[in-house]
Amino acid sequence: MRRPGNALLLLGLLAAVAASFIWLEIDLGALFGADSLRQMGDYAGGFLSPDLSAAHLQATGRGALETLAMSAIGTLLAAGLGLLLALPASGRCGLLATSVARLLLNALRAIPELVWAALMVLAAGLGPNAGTLALALHTAGVLGRLFAEALENTPGEPAEAVRLAGGGRIAAFCYGTLPGVWPQLLAYTLYRWENNIRMASVLGFVGAGGLGQMLYLSLSLFQEAQASTVILAMLLLVLGVDALSGWGRQRWVSA
Amino acid sequence: MLTLAVPRDPAALPRLLLTALALALLWPGLSLSELDLGVLLHGDSAATMGNFVAAFWPPEHGREFLDLLGRATLETLAIATAGMSLALLVALPAALLASRALSLSALHRGGRPAWWGALLRWPVRGLLIVLRSVPEIVWALLFVRAVGLGPSAGVLAIAITYAGMLGKVYAEIFESVDPRPARALLGSGSPRLVAFLYGILPNAAAEMLSYTVYRWECAIRASVVMGFVGAGGLGQQIDLSMRMFAGGEVASMLLTFFLLVLLADQLSRLLRGRLT
Amino acid sequence: MTLNLSGVGLTHANGQVALSDIELQIAPGERVAIIGPSGAGKTSLLRLLATAQQPSAGRIEVLGADPWRLSAAARQRLRARIGLIHQAPPLPPRQRVVTAVLAGKLGRWSLGRSLLNLLHPLDTAGAAAALARLDLAEKLFEHCDQLSGGQLQRVGIARVLYQEPELILADEPVSAMDPVLAGHTLGVLSEEAGRRGITLLASLHAVDLALAHFPRILGVRAGRLVFDRPAAALTRAELDALYANEQLQQPATPPAAPYVLHIPRC
Repeated sequence: MRRPGNALLLLGLLAAVAASFIWLEIDLGALFGADSLRQMGDYAGGFLSPDLSAAHLQATGRGALETLAMSAIGTLLAAGLGLLLALPASGRCGLLATSVARLLLNALRAIPELVWAALMVLAAGLGPNAGTLALALHTAGVLGRLFAEALENTPGEPAEAVRLAGGGRIAAFCYGTLPGVWPQLLAYTLYRWENNIRMASVLGFVGAGGLGQMLYLSLSLFQEAQASTVILAMLLLVLGVDALSGWGRQRWVSA
Repeated sequence: MLTLAVPRDPAALPRLLLTALALALLWPGLSLSELDLGVLLHGDSAATMGNFVAAFWPPEHGREFLDLLGRATLETLAIATAGMSLALLVALPAALLASRALSLSALHRGGRPAWWGALLRWPVRGLLIVLRSVPEIVWALLFVRAVGLGPSAGVLAIAITYAGMLGKVYAEIFESVDPRPARALLGSGSPRLVAFLYGILPNAAAEMLSYTVYRWECAIRASVVMGFVGAGGLGQQIDLSMRMFAGGEVASMLLTFFLLVLLADQLSRLLRGRLT
Repeated sequence: MTLNLSGVGLTHANGQVALSDIELQIAPGERVAIIGPSGAGKTSLLRLLATAQQPSAGRIEVLGADPWRLSAAARQRLRARIGLIHQAPPLPPRQRVVTAVLAGKLGRWSLGRSLLNLLHPLDTAGAAAALARLDLAEKLFEHCDQLSGGQLQRVGIARVLYQEPELILADEPVSAMDPVLAGHTLGVLSEEAGRRGITLLASLHAVDLALAHFPRILGVRAGRLVFDRPAAALTRAELDALYANEQLQQPATPPAAPYVLHIPRC
């Protein structure tokens, strides 16, 4: 190891951390002082008795289903669009198509989901449709790039053999390439679903429906008890999707 | 010649059931998410989006604005770094408590702690899971309400969420390195902290550093997103400009965001290359 | 003429000459074996005939048409009438045997039928019949990664049998099988060729198998066609010349030491 260089680097990192606190002018004393902690404690106390009335549970349940549907349909759409774009991006349709597809995928990826959601709310109005489209577009960029890499690394002989026996390009892809590569595609998709269920909750903040919109509303109206129920629902949803995705990956991916 | 009966496809029934299940779930899924792709291609929505995007050009580059932009970017960087350092302060002790690698009861059971050993570790693990599973932006929203608008909320939100993430991964790293040095030290009576420092840390340091730097990069992106709910930095400025329909400003800030993410990516690779 | 090659040569992209100056005519319904040392160009010749590669020189005619003068669509239709048995079967490991065999007819099926077949095999009976001829009927629903090398080769052959082409090109179709199974499988191929009156061209390592099952033998060495004879007329000297390898030194057998009777002096 390059000792002196590394020691300098570590010192630099510590200096950066100190500088951050100083720049932000965060008075740690005031933040963690008695007053501030009591204030936070009071605020947090409001959350300790969640509203479990039937009406609110029903509304939360519906919000949860909306969020679940947003994340699932959005991820599904993204997988389809991603695969469509990954085919040219992996070099199967010539150089020009590869560059264009890669550019498009990078553009879709680079714009964060919240910005997409804001755009979609403009186009489609408030509601879960905007959230679904936003998730679909951003995740298509992410999945498309991962799919393209998987397609590049898969052997091409089976598909070539089908072409040599007179089969069409689509048939050659489905019979020759897809059987080998679909576990990887499924793994990436399930993994992104885990991420999207968290994002779907959050997109509601810009008006895209689901639990996020409910949370934003209740927090703005200082209804901590209702907000607490929604946060619990979010937690359950995230844990549930994580478990489902883990099971799916175990069952179909690890062959 | 004996005509053989055509054998039944064993995969036919499972596939049919799976397809039926998928279709059964698709219908309510589509109706709940109110999916409508046509909205993207519709005349007026396309026009609205088009106008919005057209306002992006030219990107704002006035002197005052660039000043503001620079300060907001530095603020985002500071939020991410400060948040990560606080997260580390919580994550390290939590990981030590939660990891099975320092379990005394596991010494003579071949690495698996006794039932009461596992039970005592569960609250810490559970806490880490809860901290991780609530999206960081929800924490940011809560902290904005609790401590007011500004970067403090962002720092605290990152600290809490990433404490959960780092804690869990550190605990897993401790369990995945060679357990024998630590077990030897524990077996000869040294305190757990000493066993960790001499037995586990040397082997685990590289992986821990690598993951921490990777998470710092994610923290920068998260800081920008949290700014949307008022936690300071670049995100808060983008939100303000969007509300004022100042397309040029939004464009400049988005460009800065991309550059920031790119720089962070490069820096992270550099650090991981040098330190591991 | 099923196959007509005149002055055909093939040079790889890196400059290596795979084939040079091949003259060959094969009539419909003939059964021909190609033999020769490793690296002689047998696989290149077969891939050329299967229209997988374009010749660098000369003219090639397959099933009455020059494949490289045709449009891409017409060439695909031509390829559906040619069945190539690959040396290493190009079967995805996770694919089921039934799907792998049914893929033989992809050149004839419409796209919709091909895609529907992926969800549920549409002609299980046909696939089972093809596999039964190679004694693999019980492996119908297994996955390809559960089969041995010889079994995989037989699945590849079953796929081509299911395809029902007018020309079968076999590249080392029995290399992973034991001698008895290899002979039996070649018998199945010959019987198929004879029954449907189609042309069969196979490259083989084992000369005795070639002589036993094929009436016409082609010898290929260093990219050239060395001889083109009826099996009965082939001489030992020609075979030796074909496989002679100056680089492989014969291990020098030490001269036998003269036996000396040792009578112990007491």
